[in-house]
Amino acid sequence: MTHAPSRVCREDPRRTPSPSAGRAGTPGHRGSAGRRTLLRLLLVAFFGLAIAALTPGVASAEGEQVTGTLRTSGSGPVEGVDITVATADGTEIDTVTTDDEGKWAVPLPGPGPYVVSIDGDALPDGVSLDGEPTRNVTVQPGFSQAVSFGLEDGSRNSGGPIRAVQLLVDGLRFGLLIAMCSVGLSLIFGTTGLTNFAHGELVTIGAVVAWFVNVEGGLSIVPAAIIAVIVGAAVGALNELAIWRPLRKRGTGLVAALVVSIGLSLALRYLIQIVFEGRSRSYQGVTSGRANDFGAFRLTDADLTSIIVSVVVLVGIALMLQRTKIGKAMRAVSDNRDLAASSGINVNRVILIVWVMGAALAALGGVLLGISDDVQWDMGFRLLLLMFAGVTLGGLGTAYGALVGGLTVGVFVQMSTLVVPTDLKYVVGLLLLIVVLVVRPQGILGSRVRIG
Amino acid sequence: MTEFLDALASGGKAALGFQAIFICLLAVGLNMHFGYTGLLNFGQVAFAMLGGFGIGVAVTKWDLPFGVGILVGLGAAVVLALLLGLPTLRLRADYLAIATIAAAEGLRLLFKSGTATPVTNGTQSLSGFSGGFTDLCPWDPTRTFRILGARWDGRDLWVATVGWTIVALCCLLTWLLVRSPWGRVVRSIREDEDAVRALGKNVYAHKMQVLVLGGVIGALGGMINALGTGSLNPDNYQNAYTFLAYAVLILGGAARVLGPVVGAVILLFIVSFTDAALRPLIENGVIPEGLLTVPDVARLRFVLVGILLMALLVFRPQGIFGDRREVMLDAR
Repeated sequence: MTHAPSRVCREDPRRTPSPSAGRAGTPGHRGSAGRRTLLRLLLVAFFGLAIAALTPGVASAEGEQVTGTLRTSGSGPVEGVDITVATADGTEIDTVTTDDEGKWAVPLPGPGPYVVSIDGDALPDGVSLDGEPTRNVTVQPGFSQAVSFGLEDGSRNSGGPIRAVQLLVDGLRFGLLIAMCSVGLSLIFGTTGLTNFAHGELVTIGAVVAWFVNVEGGLSIVPAAIIAVIVGAAVGALNELAIWRPLRKRGTGLVAALVVSIGLSLALRYLIQIVFEGRSRSYQGVTSGRANDFGAFRLTDADLTSIIVSVVVLVGIALMLQRTKIGKAMRAVSDNRDLAASSGINVNRVILIVWVMGAALAALGGVLLGISDDVQWDMGFRLLLLMFAGVTLGGLGTAYGALVGGLTVGVFVQMSTLVVPTDLKYVVGLLLLIVVLVVRPQGILGSRVRIG
Repeated sequence: MTEFLDALASGGKAALGFQAIFICLLAVGLNMHFGYTGLLNFGQVAFAMLGGFGIGVAVTKWDLPFGVGILVGLGAAVVLALLLGLPTLRLRADYLAIATIAAAEGLRLLFKSGTATPVTNGTQSLSGFSGGFTDLCPWDPTRTFRILGARWDGRDLWVATVGWTIVALCCLLTWLLVRSPWGRVVRSIREDEDAVRALGKNVYAHKMQVLVLGGVIGALGGMINALGTGSLNPDNYQNAYTFLAYAVLILGGAARVLGPVVGAVILLFIVSFTDAALRPLIENGVIPEGLLTVPDVARLRFVLVGILLMALLVFRPQGIFGDRREVMLDAR
């Protein structure tokens, strides 16, 4: 697949017949369009603030406590283990026993420093404590502080081929998620030339909306996920209609658009932190329970569902791109926008659909990621860099490149824990990105013209 | 009313304090990269982190004198610039953007990780490295001064004095460089890389020199931040600070020598003033708890910065003092 030279010309205003026209625009037109855009930006801002006003912090209503969940991937929740909470000077406050879901919670008399300790001897056979049996925590006023103890269930240090297979399967699950989230990122780049740094926030919005519907609204996770995907799609449409289409009309340069997307990402990310608070929280009713044994590897029901959902969705996307009219139009616009426009494709409509689809996929990916790794306010931003790694590896702007690249990055990141410590696995993914830029900047499926 | 005056004073202190200097130096470096040369460096904070940790690690872990620590920090920044520049400077602008933001986030995670903890102290902060700096203070570092209604202790004042001197020197350097023949080449690279190449100039080498120079200025900013806070934690170098520096640069005016300085003073004043003005309003119940809580105020500043960045780029990309013709808006 090659990109016709005309596409490069469009991206590079230096070679257009009148370089100044694209930059300055006509003054009168710019004024009215500017006011409209401002109005829309304000609307978006007020919409966000309204959400912030409607959802008071959950924890602040309850008073201080420390909570946690004891579980391992292999043996599921750990029941019947004593957890003791004491003040910093050693006065014991309470001792509780984990319930059948491995959960425990101790209400506290007030904010301040506390020492949480676990009875390591009471752990079931095959499960051992990884790290110190005590944790020092400082509880903020009104906060419910989560405390986690690392547990080893033998699945990690069994080593050898078994562990590699397990990591491969985990990597496939993670890679499918990255691929699903980054299809939109790649198609948006292909159709509009925009490197959208705010794409990670679409992932977070999906996960956070599902969390509010699930935990605050009390719906089970499946309808919550569906609502999150619909909200995600709406946010995608709003993105395109309120910000990017007007900016394209004014002839905003690609670098300016890129910095605008950075600003949007920053504003959304911290708005989400205000609404959602800074800690990680999990969905209700998604007890992943004991892992199913498949011989060489083990998977919880939730992970299995995640893999099946992602495969079905991604195959659906591939079929759509290959067979349907709109799919072909997407690939055509991505390949050469001017040629597509002159052959009668409504380019703006195609771009809108790409945004809606990409944002919906990102939201779904966010929900699935939230199920496996808990929901956090900056989960999308952290995933964004791996998404960039995947998209760059596969080839920026190509839809299938996002699939191939995302999968590769996911597997690579998980498998790397065979060699490097677990907390460095994201670093390895980012290193991979830089290596790709050195060796093959156009990616696996990309073409050389794009990197100019 | 006293609260309003206090908020004004605290805004004034922030606009002149070490945080303004930190952001300002990041932005002066970015002005070199983005303003004059058109390089999209989204990982400026990584240079700052290396600068800060250069001093911290050299002084506390390797028992080197303070001056050598500065050299270690600057050296680390140069190495990072070379490593990042080699693969990406030949590619289009957004590849450098992605690579630098990835490097910044990767380095922060690396410095936080268990593997690096013996050297960087990870999440437990490194401190006790600034003694050599405080010893140089010509006045009593524990004395309290009152300036513009705000209280400064002698140490803060010393950091600010040294910091603004460095800012002045960096601005002078920028001014001298951009009006030299070298500066004209660099600015032409921003306007039309191919034309510069056709004139027989080595575009790649010039871009690399700019990347190193701007990175070193960023590292100086990171050192001031480390000395100002007195402790080093990788989380003090979140990549949101890079974008704060972009907001400062674009607000003041990119490709203007004093743009970052003006931008930093104004933006830091606005941010700390709203911070300090909102807190008593929330504590006295003027703003209900359900709408905004005290911890939210610190987050609100980044929301404001994000919206400001978008609004500036859309409506006034040249900022306060910039020249529209000089602002790099198009990809290359």
